[in-house]
Amino acid sequence: MKKIFFFILSISLFILIFSQEKPILTFLGEDTPDSIVKNFTIDASDIPNDGGGGIELKWDSPEILKDWFISIIRIDEDGKRVLLTTDIPILSKQVRDVNSEEEPDRVIDSKGYNYWGILSKKFITEELLQILLDTFDFKEGLYSFNDDTFFVLSKTQMVYSKASWFNFLRLAVLISLIIISLTFLYYLNLAKKGKDLYIRKINGLDAVEEAVGRSTEMGKPIMYILGIGYVTDIPTIAGLTILGRVAKKVAEYETKILVPSYDPVVMTTAQEVVKEAFTEAGRPDLYNKNDIMYITQDQFGYAAGVDGMMMREKPGAIFLQGLFFAESLILAETGHSIGAIQISGTTETAQLPFFVAACDYTLIGEEMMAASVYLQKEPMMLGSIAAEDFLKVIIMSILVLGFLLSFLGSGLKIEFFKNLFDILYQALQV
Amino acid sequence: MGTTIGIWIAAGLTLFIYSFLYKDNPFYKFAEHLYVGITAGYWLIYTWAYVIQPMLLDPIIKNKEFILIIPAFFGIIMLTRWFPNIAWLSRWSIAFTVGMGAGLGVTGAIQGFILPQVQATLIPLSGFNFETFNNLLIIFGVLTTLIYFYFSKEQKGVLKYGSKIGITFIMIAFGASFGYTVMARISLLIGRIYFLLSDWLKILK
Repeated sequence: MKKIFFFILSISLFILIFSQEKPILTFLGEDTPDSIVKNFTIDASDIPNDGGGGIELKWDSPEILKDWFISIIRIDEDGKRVLLTTDIPILSKQVRDVNSEEEPDRVIDSKGYNYWGILSKKFITEELLQILLDTFDFKEGLYSFNDDTFFVLSKTQMVYSKASWFNFLRLAVLISLIIISLTFLYYLNLAKKGKDLYIRKINGLDAVEEAVGRSTEMGKPIMYILGIGYVTDIPTIAGLTILGRVAKKVAEYETKILVPSYDPVVMTTAQEVVKEAFTEAGRPDLYNKNDIMYITQDQFGYAAGVDGMMMREKPGAIFLQGLFFAESLILAETGHSIGAIQISGTTETAQLPFFVAACDYTLIGEEMMAASVYLQKEPMMLGSIAAEDFLKVIIMSILVLGFLLSFLGSGLKIEFFKNLFDILYQALQV
Repeated sequence: MGTTIGIWIAAGLTLFIYSFLYKDNPFYKFAEHLYVGITAGYWLIYTWAYVIQPMLLDPIIKNKEFILIIPAFFGIIMLTRWFPNIAWLSRWSIAFTVGMGAGLGVTGAIQGFILPQVQATLIPLSGFNFETFNNLLIIFGVLTTLIYFYFSKEQKGVLKYGSKIGITFIMIAFGASFGYTVMARISLLIGRIYFLLSDWLKILK
């Protein structure tokens, strides 16, 4: 009985499957009732100013086609078809064929590609898409499939992607770099020739000696925290430079410095810096590389470890100089709770308020970079500060010029100045 | 069962860490050492699995990208610090890394900070309305803040007053940032307390 039942069920299913009509793709002709659709073209070109591997497709989108969609298929010179995009609104006007390096079907430089566009009023079905990608003999014209119609556009010209030697969109960066380099060279040269360069007093730095001295008197160590930056980060490099100056004072006062580190390379660099500073101070015997230790590379693991160390070692002075993120307040608050003198500095604007609130002295942003120069007062470094200040004057001049042009152009409606303002604005575009 | 044990461990460790708010104690020490130890071990494995193996070993062995031997060499000589006689070799790697960071930092700063910020300060001043006043305030704030960061001259006269106004702008910005970040931290605290009251004690549903 069971066998008969299954036999009947199988036969029924077979009939049901094969009795269904397969949708047929029908070519309705090259003409279309809508002349706008007929004249619709896609322009394909290499993306300029890029590193290669990218093609840009653009089209005009007449208002009458605002409800239409476009799907695009890429066919390379070997005939391989790849679906670039499906059913995007025509009003989007452009699409870029840029794939990641890992993508096997990515656009390869110097290989020719054609693109076929398919216009439709409805979304293209998976079934039709498969036919288009597998067996469809591309020919411009109107087609019907499952009672829906779509229009296959004429293919684009063969297009090749290529890498550009120069990104003209970043011309402003090159010009700025040249100006910066020349300014630095000029001021470094002045410093070399022995010109007396000035650096103003930076609040908080005079407290370095006081902090180290107080710790020594109390018989407590000094803790220097470089934050969670890597040795490639500028604030960490600035922090290491200040560390050199602080370590020299520490060696002169014959006290102890602890540097808990987040990154092994920063730790190694800090060891070198402290060792050199102790040698410079004539006390290499006091240097102990185990005082500059690795904690962990986890942000809050590091914060927990350093906090614990603060509570146990009770340093008299804590320096927080480098790159800090969410752990800044945890560290600064613990340091405050043990009564240590705290001198902090970072370029992270989101963390600076916490340092201002919890530390005795805070070096704000560039003050941190200037701090190392102020402590050392080496002519070459003073030259670099003078160069930076000159560049700030240039920036201020641009801002004042922009203000005047904006006032005359937008405020007093003088077209000439408005155009000049726009030119200045565009020149700074990157 | 496994989930319950996990929740108890997480809740216990949370309380151990919070006990630091009272004072340093053995519970905090335990949680701290556990955390530091686990994260140090985790990062060791992470570095092996996501850096050394896929970015160095696999490309050299499978793809024959022998050029990677050069960075590998610089990495290995960092370990010479264990041997005092040749420890100086590690300075090559450090010098390369610091130099590269500083060099990249220059173009990165120009492209990412300086030019976009200068451009963002070039704002239209049209008509006598609140927007124009706001834009004027931005321009004035940027100029005076730049004066504050001018180091090559003693802050006297115009520079003194410009600098004072600049630091006032900076402090107002810090105040706003402080409040905003504290709000975010409070939400983290709420999340933790919610975990204790909901997942652990089942007081909150």
